[in-house]
Amino acid sequence: MTALIEAKNLSRFYGRQCAVENVSFNLNKGEILGFLGKNGAGKTTTMQMLCGCLAPSAGQILINGIDLLDQPKQAKAALGYLPDTPPLYKDLSVHEFLHYCARLHRVPRQRCAKAVHKAEQRCGLESVRHRLINQLSKGFQQRVGIAQSILHEPDVIILDEPTVGLDPIQIQDIRQLIKQLGEQHGIILSTHILSEVQQSCSHVQIIDQGRLILTESIAGLNRLMNTERINLRTRLPVDIDTLKALDGITAVEAKSPHEYIVHFHTKAAVTDRLAACVLENQWGLEAITPLKKSMEDIFISLTSQTHT
Amino acid sequence: MIFTIARREFQSLFLSPLAWSVLAVIQFILAYLFLTQIETFMAFQSQLAQISHAPGITDIIVAPLFSNAAIILLLVTPLLTMRTLCEERRNKTLTLLLSAPLSTTDIVLGKYLSIIGLLACIVAMTGLMSLALLFGGELDFGKWFCNLLGLLLLTAAFAALGLYLSSLASHPTIAAIGSFGLLLLLWIIDWKAGLQNQSSDVLEYISMLHHFQNLQSGLLDSQDVLYFVLFCATFLILSIFRLEYERLQK
Repeated sequence: MTALIEAKNLSRFYGRQCAVENVSFNLNKGEILGFLGKNGAGKTTTMQMLCGCLAPSAGQILINGIDLLDQPKQAKAALGYLPDTPPLYKDLSVHEFLHYCARLHRVPRQRCAKAVHKAEQRCGLESVRHRLINQLSKGFQQRVGIAQSILHEPDVIILDEPTVGLDPIQIQDIRQLIKQLGEQHGIILSTHILSEVQQSCSHVQIIDQGRLILTESIAGLNRLMNTERINLRTRLPVDIDTLKALDGITAVEAKSPHEYIVHFHTKAAVTDRLAACVLENQWGLEAITPLKKSMEDIFISLTSQTHT
Repeated sequence: MIFTIARREFQSLFLSPLAWSVLAVIQFILAYLFLTQIETFMAFQSQLAQISHAPGITDIIVAPLFSNAAIILLLVTPLLTMRTLCEERRNKTLTLLLSAPLSTTDIVLGKYLSIIGLLACIVAMTGLMSLALLFGGELDFGKWFCNLLGLLLLTAAFAALGLYLSSLASHPTIAAIGSFGLLLLLWIIDWKAGLQNQSSDVLEYISMLHHFQNLQSGLLDSQDVLYFVLFCATFLILSIFRLEYERLQK
């Protein structure tokens, strides 16, 4: 089976400035790929290249095995794209607008009504279908944008920050929808909200200053995030140097005379030795808790590494 | 696909008051000018009757009516075209078209046809107005048709240039003022030659007025028709290139 999206060595320059540098990745059916990065990291540029709004300075993009640059019409037929600002004609009603989008995406005339109806249903737009887009709230406009990108049942759906401006309940709904869509399509979704990636994606890519610095499945990421630090609480102050001398421990931070954070290599099983050491020296062990590393920590540590 | 875009654009022109007000204003002004022209004709009618081979009703009323319509459309067309591509870019709706399975040619031609649709309505209404003369006289239908065709070709050329400037400009008003200035320049470019009594062939060929007047006189010359066709094609191709270039450069 060919990958839905195959991006090979993509680069993009704006004048002299390099926005995206040598980015390669694949997307398969049933995957939801989260694209993470700070503002200006190159997320939007990459997405615009993937959907043909921007030509890459170098590299190749295959969508369903069709080259996007050589045969743009055929390749784009398999794409649904929601840009960071939803592209809406505000003087149309929701229904008219979606109908027009369906026609633009070459949905056959007799199937249009059905496709529009299904998209409206999926995005919860039935109650506002005859309202003008102009009069809708930002959240509803965002939903119209999402409806527009899925109504022709494309193989690949690219969503640029789909949950911006929505209220928490709507965010839940949209995440649910994305998960549901992800079962049958391939989805790329960009965001700078880390928990969003954790909740809705199956794979993660972190991009910083135009370069991919991490490509991982969510399971792999969770493993990365596991127990690299231990919180240790004792009745008496401990001797930090003794702890540091233990095999596998990299650093010990004192939060207070009774509470410490112990850093260690992921693979070393330090807990036993740490506990034994505390008991042996009779410091009075009170609590020993593994600390989960948050995605923020990984993100910050990865992005700050590339700066140094 | 071209027609899908053209139809949607045409409909949205009529969704806002823009198209309606343009139609109303033009119709009102033309009707007023038409009446004054008829008044003039009535005043000179007795004198005209004494001249052999006197200019007929078509020359005295219909041709000036179409000339007036041309001048008004010179002012109005930039206002119609200014928003076509420029507004899409400003509202970021252009991505919808760019990411859909369409070529830039489809986009440009679709937009262009919608404007031509509205302009054709205006030309048709001008034509119908002149047909009112049939109640009291006879028309030279050959000349009438040439006037109609001339005005249509002329406005098609206006629209092509306006569309190109709309693809260049970052703000609709800039597109409007730019296309208005260029059109006016092309309109008057051979006036200077006429003043000094030394006509320049090149300037005369470039001038839109010159070709339009040739058609108005009832002379359906392929050279004049070709001028307008080439003019439209050039600016449409430039607009297509401009959109492509944007994708490459930005």
